[in-house]
Amino acid sequence: MPIADRARMFINTCTWVRITFLALHLLLSLAPRAALAGTEGGTDAWVDAIRRLADRSLRERQAALESLVRSGDERVLVLLAALEEGRVVETPEGLVIRAADGASIDVVSMQPVAKAAEGRKFTLNNHMRTLIADGLVMARVAGGDRAARLQALEAMLAQPPASVPPLLIALLESETDGAIRRALRAVIALSDLGSGDPDRQLAAITVLADRMQPQVHNRLSALAADAAADARVRAAAEAALRALDSRRQVNAVLETVYFGLGLGAVLALCAIGLAITFGVMGVINMAHGEMMMLGAYATFVVQQTMPGALEYSLLIALPAAFLLAALTGLAIEWLVVSRLYGRPLETLLATFGLSLILQQGVRSAFGATNRAVSSPAWMSGSFSPIDGLDLTWGRLYVIIFSLVVFVVLSLILSRTGLGLQIRAVAQNRQMARALGVPARRVDAMTFALGSGIAGLAGVALSQLTNVGPNLGQAYIVDAFMVVVFGGVGSLWGTLVAGFSLGMLTKFLEPSVGAVLGKVLVLLGIVVFIQRYPRGLFPMRGRSVEA
Amino acid sequence: MSLLRLALQGDRGGTILLGGLLLVTVLVPICALIVPEGSPLHLSGYAVTLIGKFLAYGLLALSLDLVWGYAGLLSLGHGAFFALGGYAMGMYLMRQIGDRGVYGHPVLPDFMVFLDWQELPWFWHGFEYFPWAMAAALLVPGVLAGVLGWFAFRSRVSGVYFSIITQAVTYALALAFYMNELGFGGNNGLTDFKDILGASLSAPSTRVALCVATALALAMSYIVIRMLLVSRFGEVLIAARDADGRVRFLGYRAHHFKLMAFVLSAMVAGLAGALFVPQVGIINPREFEPLSSIEIVIWVAVGGRASLHGAVFGAIIVNLLKTWFTAQMPDQWLFLLGALFVLATLYLPRGLVGLRMARKRALAA
Repeated sequence: MPIADRARMFINTCTWVRITFLALHLLLSLAPRAALAGTEGGTDAWVDAIRRLADRSLRERQAALESLVRSGDERVLVLLAALEEGRVVETPEGLVIRAADGASIDVVSMQPVAKAAEGRKFTLNNHMRTLIADGLVMARVAGGDRAARLQALEAMLAQPPASVPPLLIALLESETDGAIRRALRAVIALSDLGSGDPDRQLAAITVLADRMQPQVHNRLSALAADAAADARVRAAAEAALRALDSRRQVNAVLETVYFGLGLGAVLALCAIGLAITFGVMGVINMAHGEMMMLGAYATFVVQQTMPGALEYSLLIALPAAFLLAALTGLAIEWLVVSRLYGRPLETLLATFGLSLILQQGVRSAFGATNRAVSSPAWMSGSFSPIDGLDLTWGRLYVIIFSLVVFVVLSLILSRTGLGLQIRAVAQNRQMARALGVPARRVDAMTFALGSGIAGLAGVALSQLTNVGPNLGQAYIVDAFMVVVFGGVGSLWGTLVAGFSLGMLTKFLEPSVGAVLGKVLVLLGIVVFIQRYPRGLFPMRGRSVEA
Repeated sequence: MSLLRLALQGDRGGTILLGGLLLVTVLVPICALIVPEGSPLHLSGYAVTLIGKFLAYGLLALSLDLVWGYAGLLSLGHGAFFALGGYAMGMYLMRQIGDRGVYGHPVLPDFMVFLDWQELPWFWHGFEYFPWAMAAALLVPGVLAGVLGWFAFRSRVSGVYFSIITQAVTYALALAFYMNELGFGGNNGLTDFKDILGASLSAPSTRVALCVATALALAMSYIVIRMLLVSRFGEVLIAARDADGRVRFLGYRAHHFKLMAFVLSAMVAGLAGALFVPQVGIINPREFEPLSSIEIVIWVAVGGRASLHGAVFGAIIVNLLKTWFTAQMPDQWLFLLGALFVLATLYLPRGLVGLRMARKRALAA
């Protein structure tokens, strides 16, 4: 693309962002749009327009600029940007764009000129300035990368032009991208709403009836309340508003479901590791929350040690957190838990003591305040599968991550030798040992596995909440509730319990508030467990408690 | 009377404890009120309150030991009963402030005026009367324990499940009591008390009276629980702890015994809370937090589970350590507390009392 290259020669360091954008735009908006507004035989029209732009009459200059803006010619962008920055110079030989380093480019041919002719700066009046600004906005809508175009259209939606620019209609005809077509039609319809012509307004209302943007809602309510508007138009606007409101309610429910799934994923993730140690080994690990805290701090440390690679830090943090938590778990199992088998209440107390030590250790090492863990770019931001429904990427990744962890863990338990041994020891320790299963080693591995998964949960939590020494404490009670609610020993039950409790909490929240909602859910589980002590999915078996 | 004699027969630790409590009731008034200031034997107001506070903790540990040591129910929510008793007393003390609050409202406590409430919530009525507040301090924890225990023991929820449930209940209560809307002062709880039964709380004589009252309450509770445990009730309770199934098959309704023990224990914990609050001058939702409850467990574990006097001594020893450590090196306290948990469970399965017994056995051998 020679023009873009030549334009780049004049890059002024301060404006490199803009020029890069323009170059990108030029690269992407090829021939189809070059002759957009019917400027047949582009080059001649271009030469003509530039000549008129240099005319003595201000009126002629404005007309020339207007036609240039409407032409959609790709060179216009370079010119408009130069005009806006005051880098266009009138010389006896014609218009020249001047760069910071003194090099010049001829506007007509867009070729560099060797000898820099003297001249005076091309002066602009306010009307021309507006034309240039509009032209640049329009150019951004017309070309560039998709996200930038959508963003430009979004901006236009906030302040729709009073009359529909012909360029937009022409763009709509040639555009093939669905999302951009939708946005274009919304902008056009929103401009039509203000046109005062009932037929156009009615057509616009039909187009806007499924748009969830707040601007659309505002404009439609204004129109419905406008006494001067046509009765049919007002009725249509009211009907459209009703439709929008009901869609908004549906969206609100969908959003709550999404929040519920997000919370459920977190709860399930926190509880799955516990389900292994508690459910399979019958060991209460009160330090489970601190394993999550270690995972979160591992993420923090990984990000601190490699500040340049934020995008990949999570991929490194995951194994690091798993290893750290699993090794800590192994040490705890070896030093404390293994000496207390068959005494669950004592194990509970000892691991609680360990959790206090771990908390204070982290507090001494990293300070009592929360540490900032940043999210990589691909996890921040949001997406909208349906108009008006903005869902954050972060939650989606956590949901997917929790499901992946669940599936992998299920596969480990059902398909690997270790899994077979774990299940054997869980079902009948004596018999398993009699058959040669090294129960002690299996216990250690199970505990390490459960702790490692807690570490993974900590990485996920670091993306959602504050990373501080009390991180684990905040989730441990919930995690136990999930495990017991789902049925001890049932991984599947843990998953179902996590998601249903998350959903229940989020659906209660709007009506009773966050804290009371949580209290109600907790008390609800307490009542449920008292009625069904073995949880949602009780493990079937012949074992009788002693 | 024969039961009482039976209760204290051969209970050397209990006799030492009761003797110590008798000493407190006699010496604290003398040292704090009669011995002049400046004398090395004089007890400062701070020391009197500290003794009273430790005795209230001892009473709380006693109540937990009844269910954990003798019924095998590890309650991780005993702090809730303690706090509920404390809040009942706190409400009485709040009402006693009258119009001496910061905002000078004749009826509403300061925090309600601050929240712009117009009238007293219904559950605050009656708390201007001391007997009502004392009854609430005993009955509210008792009823909560009754409801919780009734469903739990009937469904044979036991072991760690019971622990988790009680922890969830106290956690839920903590969350609820942190809310301003609940009407218990939210985060700050209840404080700025002025007087109790017409006596100023800052007066040395009131402090001494509260300390002595706590000592007497502890002695009485000790004797009552001890008598209960040597009776047939206690025998069935301990039997149900060791072999629940067998006791049931012998025709006893084991869950009734557990329920009674749990309710009694909750009421004693409530009493401890009611005695604790006027001495420390504040009650806030932190007492409901799971950590507070679990600290009680460690007092009992260190002192000696299934040994009533051991639990009381454990509470006093651990809290002495805590008072000293949090003053000297606050950062190290959690390390020590955590280490206490681990070491006590690993090496002192019967607590410090068990240590003494083991030595006695070694000497006898």
